[in-house]
Amino acid sequence: MLTNILSISLGAILIENFIFSQFLGICPFMGVSKKMDTAMGMGLAVTFVMGVASMFTWLVNEFLLIPFEIEYMQTVAYILVIAALVQFVEMFLKKSIPSLYQALGIYLPLITTNCAVLGVAVLNTQNGYNFIESVVYGVTGGLGFTLAILLFASVRERTEFAEYPKPFEGFPIALVSAGLIALAFMGFTGLKIW
Amino acid sequence: MNLKKQFKDGLLTQNPVFVQLLGMCSCLAITTTLFNGIGMGISVLIILTCSNIVISLLRKIIPSDIRIAAYVVVIAGFVTIVDLLLQAYLNELSESLGVFIPLIVVNCIILARAESFASKNTIVASAVDGVMQGIGYTVALIAMCVIREFLGNGTFGSGIFNNGEGFRIIAEGYGALLIVLPVGGFITLGCLIAFFQWLLARFDSKKNSEVSK
Repeated sequence: MLTNILSISLGAILIENFIFSQFLGICPFMGVSKKMDTAMGMGLAVTFVMGVASMFTWLVNEFLLIPFEIEYMQTVAYILVIAALVQFVEMFLKKSIPSLYQALGIYLPLITTNCAVLGVAVLNTQNGYNFIESVVYGVTGGLGFTLAILLFASVRERTEFAEYPKPFEGFPIALVSAGLIALAFMGFTGLKIW
Repeated sequence: MNLKKQFKDGLLTQNPVFVQLLGMCSCLAITTTLFNGIGMGISVLIILTCSNIVISLLRKIIPSDIRIAAYVVVIAGFVTIVDLLLQAYLNELSESLGVFIPLIVVNCIILARAESFASKNTIVASAVDGVMQGIGYTVALIAMCVIREFLGNGTFGSGIFNNGEGFRIIAEGYGALLIVLPVGGFITLGCLIAFFQWLLARFDSKKNSEVSK
């Protein structure tokens, strides 16, 4: 059990990183990685929502979709759960932890359309993870996202001042540097825990 | 309604991938063979057109507070239809696209067109917009696929032509495998967007110089 959880975490953070090897959550990754602190806020918010979403979508799948044999409604059910969840988290934070709510700002509602969140829910079902494995996969996947976005933000802060051909200004240079980080992450392929 | 302008917008000046920078995830992830690219492009085209039509129909009924949720439900419905159809009739494609078919729900292109176009325009204009933007997206995916497949595997059109083998252009084993891996996706897209920015900048400066004459 423990080794299983460890290998899922290691896989989600390093080997099969959500950004660099599965291409999930590229939009917020590109959108909010200009500064370190916003990147950190986004990473943590996504981690939290991914963990809670894994939990709830597992419950919905197990106790609603499977008993009523409506697994084909998976996509609709999951996206509704995620949208409701994000809304709920937003209201909860606004009431009880206003400082965190302020810090996250606009990024919170945007998490609904982050494909990493829906992606983790669908992948949990596809891989047939049990409840604990799903939650672990969700949280560690989010941590992998945070790691990626932090690394990328620090690279991006430097490319601001670098010299490159004019057509590469803005997005293209960011994509190319993301590609180079992905190359570094390829080094983790084949890493294993016994 | 301006058909020609909408076509030009979708394909060039407002191309969803290269200019609006929407829908990156699927564009990076599945563009390894031409088969995947065309399949994904057409699926998105159909879903985008249908959801644009329905959202434009309902635009006066949906209260603006919960509009995003309503749009997402409409889109998710069409995605489910396409997903089930692909599983039934094109299982091969459904398997190779995998998790990225359900993820069309959160593809920013569809939500962005719903929010910025379909919720403000008539049904016909929205349908045309869906088709044009869909074509723009498909063309972008095909461009990515052709480049990555050629440089990475040395083939053209695998999965479609020549019994699924594709036409071999570079001898086997000489392709740069790196381009097919995630790294190549990022770098290829970066270079393509750069090329587009260069092209559009040239276009603009030409237009300006003509105006000033």
